[in-house]
Amino acid sequence: MRATRWESTLILPVSEDRDHIQGSADAPVTLVEYGDYECPYCGEAYPIVKEIQSRMGKQLRFVFRNFPISTAHPHAEIAAEAAEAAAAQDRFWEMHDHLYENQRHLREDDLRSYARAIELDRDMFDKELAEHVHADRVHEDFMSGVRSGVNGTPTFFINGVRYDDSYESETLLMALNGAAGIDVGG
Amino acid sequence: MVVARPVDTAEASYDAEPMSDDVRTGLDPRRDEDTLLSGTPLAPGTPAPDFVLPSTLDGTLGPKDRRGRPLILVFYPADWSPVCTDQLALYQEVMPEFEKHDAAMFGISVDGRWSHLAFAKDRNLRFPLLADFEPKGAVARTYGVYRAEDGTSERALFVIDPGGMVSWSYVSPTEVNPGADGILRALEDLAAKGVAR
Repeated sequence: MRATRWESTLILPVSEDRDHIQGSADAPVTLVEYGDYECPYCGEAYPIVKEIQSRMGKQLRFVFRNFPISTAHPHAEIAAEAAEAAAAQDRFWEMHDHLYENQRHLREDDLRSYARAIELDRDMFDKELAEHVHADRVHEDFMSGVRSGVNGTPTFFINGVRYDDSYESETLLMALNGAAGIDVGG
Repeated sequence: MVVARPVDTAEASYDAEPMSDDVRTGLDPRRDEDTLLSGTPLAPGTPAPDFVLPSTLDGTLGPKDRRGRPLILVFYPADWSPVCTDQLALYQEVMPEFEKHDAAMFGISVDGRWSHLAFAKDRNLRFPLLADFEPKGAVARTYGVYRAEDGTSERALFVIDPGGMVSWSYVSPTEVNPGADGILRALEDLAAKGVAR
C-alpha cells in the first residue's frame, strides 16, 4: 500500500488539562483521533481503537478531539457538544461510547436519554446544550484539526504525526507498536 | 475484516494506478520538474486566465465576478466520487474561515451543470460549482491541470489575489484529499502582503 510521504503534524499538542485522554502521560505512544460522531467510518474505527487499547494496555495513551462535518452529518455538531457537556461533568468517555454505539440516534432527545443513562445533572446538561456552551471548544478542536492536516474523519496522529495508512486493526497496531518501540518481529 | 479510510476506498475504485509511476501531478513535492510531461499548473505570479462558466448559482460565473476579493479555485475530478465529496464538504465546513479573509470559492469539474446541481443539493454545498463541460475541460487546460488521459481535471487548488494574479497553487495526487490548511496559509500570506504593501 502506498502511504503519503509528506508529514502533517499536530499543531495543538496534547494537553493533560485540555484534552480527553485515556491512558497515562508516561505511555510511549499517543494516538490522537479527530472524529465525527455521525461519521460511519469513525463508527468502524471505534471498536478497533477499543481493541487496540486493550491489547496495548499501558503502552498507549488515546486522545479524542472533535471534527464534526455538519455539512455531511447534521447531528454531528450537537453530538460533539453533548460529549463536551458530559466532559464538564467528568463523564466524557461514557458519553463518547454511547454516541458511537448509537450513531444513528443522535437527535436531541436521544442525547438527553444518554445523559440520563450516565446520570448527568440533567438540568445543567440541557441548559449547556440549549445555549451551545461548548460550541467554541468543539470549533477549537475542529480548527486545530484543519490546521494539522485533517482532511476527513477519522484522522489519526501517532506521536504527533498524521497516520495515513489503513486503520484496520493489525495495520494500526503495527504502526503503534513501531512508534512505541515494541519489537513485534517479522 | 478490511477497513479502509475514505481515501483508500476511492483509490481502489477511482484510480488504480500507483502514484509512484504517475508523472502528472505537477506540484507534488516528490517529483522532479524535468519529469513533467504536460499540464504544468500555473505558478504563483502568473495572471489568472479569465473565464466564464455555467454555475449552480447565478447562471454563469467567472473570476471577474469576484475581482477585488481573494478567489479560491478548487478543480476536482468528478462529482460524486468519495474523495471529492469529503474535500468539498470540508471546504463548506471551513467556509467561515475562508470568509474571514473575504475569500470566495468556486468548485470546478468537467461535470455538467445538472450533475453539479444534484450533487450540490445532495451534499449541502452552498458555494458555486462551475461546469467546465463544453468545450470539455477548457478552463482546466488554461490552468494547466487537465488530465487528457482521464478526461478530467487534476485535483488542484489555486488562490488568486484580489488583483487577479495566481498567488498559490497546489496539485494533489488524485486520490488524496488535500485538506484546507494550504488554502488558509495562502490566504494568510496574502493578508500579510496586503499589510506590508
